[in-house]
Amino acid sequence: MNVVEMRGITKCFGSFTANDNINLVVKKGEIHALLGENGAGKSTLMNILFGLYQPELGKIFIKEKEVAITGPTMANELGIGMVHQHFMLVQPFTVTENIILGDERASSGMIDYKKAEREVQALSDQYGLQVDPRAVVADIGVGMQQRVEILKTLYRGADILIFDEPTAVLTPQEIDELTEIMRKLVKEGKTIIFITHKLKEIMSTCDRCTVIRRGKMIDTVNIVETNENELASLMVGREVSFDLDKQPANPQEPVLKVQSLEVDDKRNNPAVRGLDLEIKAGEIVGIAGVDGNGQSELIEAICGLLKPKSGRVILNNKDVTGLTPRKITETGLGHIPEDRHKRGLVLDFSVSENIILQSYYKKPFSNGFGIDYKAVGEYANKLIQEFDVRTPDKDTPARALSGGNQQKAIIAREVDRNPSLLIAAQPTRGLDVGAIEFIHNRLIQHRDTGNAVLLVSLELEEVLKVSDRVAVIYEGKIQGWVDPKTATEEELGLLMAGSKVKGGTSQ
Amino acid sequence: MIGKLNRNSTLISSLISIVLGMLVGAIAMLLSGYDPIAAYGALFGSIFGSASDMGETLRTITPLIFAGLSVALAFRTGLFNIGVEGQLVIGGLAAAFVGLKLDLPPVLHAIVALVVGTLAGAIWALIPGLLKAIRGVHEVIVCIMMNWIALFLSNYMVGKVLSNNSDSTEKIHPSASIRVDFLTDLFDGARVHLGLILAILAAIFVYVLLFKTKLGYELRAVGLNPSASEYAGMSVKRNIIISMMISGGIAGLAGAVELLGTNEYLSINASLPGTGFDGIAVALLGANTPMGVVLSSMLFGGLFNGGNNMQYVAGVPFEVIRIVFATIILFVAANIVKQVGNRKSRKKKGENAGA
Ligand SMILES: Nc1ncnc2c1ncn2[C@@H]1O[C@H](COP(=O)(O)OP(=O)(O)OP(=O)(O)O)[C@@H](O)[C@H]1O
Ligand SMILES: [Mg+2]
Repeated sequence: MNVVEMRGITKCFGSFTANDNINLVVKKGEIHALLGENGAGKSTLMNILFGLYQPELGKIFIKEKEVAITGPTMANELGIGMVHQHFMLVQPFTVTENIILGDERASSGMIDYKKAEREVQALSDQYGLQVDPRAVVADIGVGMQQRVEILKTLYRGADILIFDEPTAVLTPQEIDELTEIMRKLVKEGKTIIFITHKLKEIMSTCDRCTVIRRGKMIDTVNIVETNENELASLMVGREVSFDLDKQPANPQEPVLKVQSLEVDDKRNNPAVRGLDLEIKAGEIVGIAGVDGNGQSELIEAICGLLKPKSGRVILNNKDVTGLTPRKITETGLGHIPEDRHKRGLVLDFSVSENIILQSYYKKPFSNGFGIDYKAVGEYANKLIQEFDVRTPDKDTPARALSGGNQQKAIIAREVDRNPSLLIAAQPTRGLDVGAIEFIHNRLIQHRDTGNAVLLVSLELEEVLKVSDRVAVIYEGKIQGWVDPKTATEEELGLLMAGSKVKGGTSQ
Repeated sequence: MIGKLNRNSTLISSLISIVLGMLVGAIAMLLSGYDPIAAYGALFGSIFGSASDMGETLRTITPLIFAGLSVALAFRTGLFNIGVEGQLVIGGLAAAFVGLKLDLPPVLHAIVALVVGTLAGAIWALIPGLLKAIRGVHEVIVCIMMNWIALFLSNYMVGKVLSNNSDSTEKIHPSASIRVDFLTDLFDGARVHLGLILAILAAIFVYVLLFKTKLGYELRAVGLNPSASEYAGMSVKRNIIISMMISGGIAGLAGAVELLGTNEYLSINASLPGTGFDGIAVALLGANTPMGVVLSSMLFGGLFNGGNNMQYVAGVPFEVIRIVFATIILFVAANIVKQVGNRKSRKKKGENAGA
């Protein structure tokens, strides 16, 4: 049975067509992947299915009956649930409060929280979600927040589940757990539409895959009859090379020296505990590690966003320990932050206003008093072109860009300033394979022009592929160094778990 | 293109909202037994009627523009300046000091009084700004305290320093007045003064500041996302302090203008003037844009001034007038026309990207 059938869906934003005559057929009990570049229109299509947007043209059939989905409430009634790309949870509420929000089953005006908690617990057990119904959302990790979102849809009785890029923000371990959960859901008779940019995940978990390119539907393929390369070229419209064209590094004088650095996290617990690190011009140093081992605090301390407790940070032979972010930036730092919505962008600013976030006060954009918005616009258009940021125009608010294109705008801003040290934290999170290829090449190009790059990523594959040297961070210290050309993921895995393996000291 | 269309349709839908609000108001008046036609006649008569009526309306609009701009500017930096009241009182007090105690040549005297009033307001706002930036104390609490301090300080000064135990001061020296014969004659004796022109200039100033200068870029960035602003090397604290000072300066100028143009003397007051609180509504209705503030000030000012006339001419009690006004403002604020219009066009062709 076709549980979902979308026929000839067209959706425009102003003069821009985000979905152009798209057909999507999802069969009962399958995991159906939706694949497409950043800005291809995947989230838009799913928002239409969930009733958040109304299409200009097209028909939707749910369980073989034609429907007009006027809003999320209606979608809920039809058994459609959605886990959004960016979570929609009320931070100070408990898990249970979040789950029943909007679907409070009150008797004579009173909510029976005990009963709701029991129901949430039962659902969580049924699907192996391991969620604590009484935990406050602000205190739980990203992975659990996501499972809360899943529970929310299950609590409303959804049997068609839309997962919009759930794995982009998860650690490799959490991704494995989520895959298990999805398998269990399908076994219980649910149908899943799964958006991801990771071809491996599609190959290992999905049954069929629909590919969208620039708003148009390209094809729907059976996973058993295809491979990663075919998927990638269907999606991008050209051959994608998975191998980087990379010359050996040519390290020069040191650009960054971190000496016995100690940093506390926001709750005043030690996060970085006496860390030493040196990066030279002309090399890319990767940092691998399990999330929460001091990576974020290390970066924030180098950038001046957190004050180190002790130790020194030396950039371009200048002691920048504890200086303001502006001073450090001007000493030659570029920073692609890990949380693009919190640090990287002012979402309600236009793309061009965001492009000058680090340079608005300098010539040619400002003479010290006014801002020359004409010069800003020209510069923004240049970068939009050069970095292929897909946006209706430079004046569109950053909020309206697809996740991947928001990231490209940040990368354009940071790379184009040509900093002697570029810190890239999770630079390809949520990006499509074409964009990842592009960004990896930009990082290498940045190295080849004689600059240093510090790459921090939770994806081992990325760290091993792009870096010239890899340091493993464990409990706020460098646990060991490996050579990415010879190291195996197992070797890294051991170091990341805290064991010292052969020669695993400082290089 | 789309932006322009939208702006036009906003204006039109606001006008329709006003008419709908008036219709509901008319029903309210009919139900309580008053004649809506006579009442609205009186309202419009006082807004568009004689030159002197129009002049008085313009005079009412003037402080609302200042107060609205002051609140809107702080809002843009993420601050809720509920202290416009106090800053306005202090601005008036400072201007009264200069107007009474200094002897200066005509034009210079007024300019000095205006500048001192502006500075006084800025300094009054500096205190909540500093406490917010350095100690993290919420500005609303400090501002409310500062409002009362301002009121009683002003009352004390009037009684003990600026007069001899009387409950109002003398008139300020004519050299400090910003009334001009030309305007008074034009509007047939109404108390219109140069403040109106200053208010328009202030609106232009705020527009240029926010959307054309480096400082404005920082203020807006800090208001929208302090974390990203910090990442971009801006000092969030510095911008909070500056925003409060400019906001307070505009409020102080409003107080000075009222004193030097409208009242020309200072008296003891039992309560705060209320202009600052109206400014909050004006700013919100005007979507925190300078142009929006000017337009919504015109609506509020027209209603306030016309309300008196409704009372005298049509005999509608003040309470009912307030109900009618609240209905109109509610209709405009909720922009009911636009909501309905949007839903219709969404059904037809999907929501607009810029909406
Ligand atoms: N509200 C909006 N207003 C204007 N344009 C929009 C809006 N929402 C989306 N778009 C545009 O529509 C296009 C498709 O966006 P969508 O979010 O569907 O992409 P996506 O395929 O989910 O990409 P990603 O993988 O990066 O999340 C993008 O170019 C985006 O800029
Ligand atoms: Mg998306």
